[in-house]
Amino acid sequence: MILAKAVPSSRPTSASGLRLPKGLRRAIAPLALLAIWQVAAATGFTSPQTMPAPSLIAASFWNLIVTGQLGPNLLTSLTRVLVGLAAGVTVGTVLGLFAGLTKLGEDAIDPTVQMARTLPHLALIPLMILWFGIGETPKIVIIALGASFPIYLNLFGAIRAADVKLLEASTVLGLSWRETIWHVVLPAALPGFLLGLRQALGIAWISLVVAEQINATSGIGYLVMNARDFLQTDVIFDGLLVYAILGLTTDRLVRSLEVHLLAWRPALPNR
Amino acid sequence: MNMLTEMPACSSEPFASRETAVEVRGLTRTYGENSVLQGIDLTIRAGEFVALLGRSGSGKSTLLRTLAGLDPAPAGSLLVPANKSVVFQEPRLMPWKRVWRNVTLGLRAADPKARAEAALAEVGLSHRLNAWPLTLSGGEAQRAALARALVREPALLLLDEPFAALDALTRLRMQELVTALWRAHQPAVLLVTHDVDEALSLADRVLMLENGKIAHDLTVELPRPRRHDAAPFIAMREALLTALGVSH
Repeated sequence: MILAKAVPSSRPTSASGLRLPKGLRRAIAPLALLAIWQVAAATGFTSPQTMPAPSLIAASFWNLIVTGQLGPNLLTSLTRVLVGLAAGVTVGTVLGLFAGLTKLGEDAIDPTVQMARTLPHLALIPLMILWFGIGETPKIVIIALGASFPIYLNLFGAIRAADVKLLEASTVLGLSWRETIWHVVLPAALPGFLLGLRQALGIAWISLVVAEQINATSGIGYLVMNARDFLQTDVIFDGLLVYAILGLTTDRLVRSLEVHLLAWRPALPNR
Repeated sequence: MNMLTEMPACSSEPFASRETAVEVRGLTRTYGENSVLQGIDLTIRAGEFVALLGRSGSGKSTLLRTLAGLDPAPAGSLLVPANKSVVFQEPRLMPWKRVWRNVTLGLRAADPKARAEAALAEVGLSHRLNAWPLTLSGGEAQRAALARALVREPALLLLDEPFAALDALTRLRMQELVTALWRAHQPAVLLVTHDVDEALSLADRVLMLENGKIAHDLTVELPRPRRHDAAPFIAMREALLTALGVSH
């Protein structure tokens, strides 16, 4: 009768000890890393030229803000991403809808896009510079190009994956082709589209970083490359921090868009 | 796509009349080498409740899908009312539309919302009008699907094993509900099922499909509600089970 013995049920209070709020528990690892870093810098284990202390980085970050160096460059970078992303999402959506919804579109577009997507779009930068010079255009085109692929691929896939059973139901309910697209196919494809949007955002930031490090005269990338030339390691870290914050913020935005638009999915946890 | 097979019931075909909801003659359907339906003849009177039994793969769902206009009918003549509704084994509600919007989807009538509310009240779902379909229980979702079918006031209601995925208790409640709704609205009903008891409890007539042909046509003249332990019920059940090859 060993199996019938009750397992002690006091585990949550006794075993885990301190109960910290979830947010605090998740902050433990990053805070610990920062502390180790700070100590390593303070004791001279790392040199300020290669790994300046977090406190130093924070100070130079503040300096960038108050001297007005960060604001305009941040605005430039944000504009590049938003314009490129908008163009890329538009192109990806239009092509994805055309290929997903019509046989003609699929035959005309899909093989070409599937072929083109195997080419890393960043490899086109030299060509873009030859074609468009070193201004804003090549940077925006590279971002748009990179962002359009995940949108197209996810949207096309999601449209084609629309549940046949629901399509049959819409036939039985007497919906026209147009109504079926609007009430069944597009809502069914929305989760795929939003997934594509998140991937597109990620690619847009990567494209921005690469594009800004070539012949830029403004933007976060310019700030970073400039700092490299003057050995301002702390400013390089500031740039990385900005990229991280921007990436995180925009990803959060799309996630909250998901929560709002996909409210019908009970499986989606509240974030 | 199915223009040739989907004629309204009021067409001027000689055998059509207001008393006939479904008229099928010589319906044959083949998938490659296999012929699933071989010259089916079937008449369903207006307001008649017909159950269609058969082993899995006997073609009963194919027959229902052909009547629903989901499968083409290459050979034979088919007369089905234009105004027909289908309830499938799964509720097939659009998960991104609230329950009442699912009911009004494709409904071309004045004040669709009021009609959806009335239909949902009839199936006992007044409290879930604004719910998301994925939050409904299996029974609730299937009742919503019934409301969506009935709100169209169909002349023919096609039920494709609509209770098969429900638990036993819910299934009994649903059977009572379908009986009540059928009495209130008087559509012709074709219920595809593999459950002999279900067929005998609900239908005026039980058909059995075998090798693509209607092998048995049994009229059930028992008063409703039917007791499963009554002698004629037991006798009919035995006969049908024997025909299905499940004799004791």
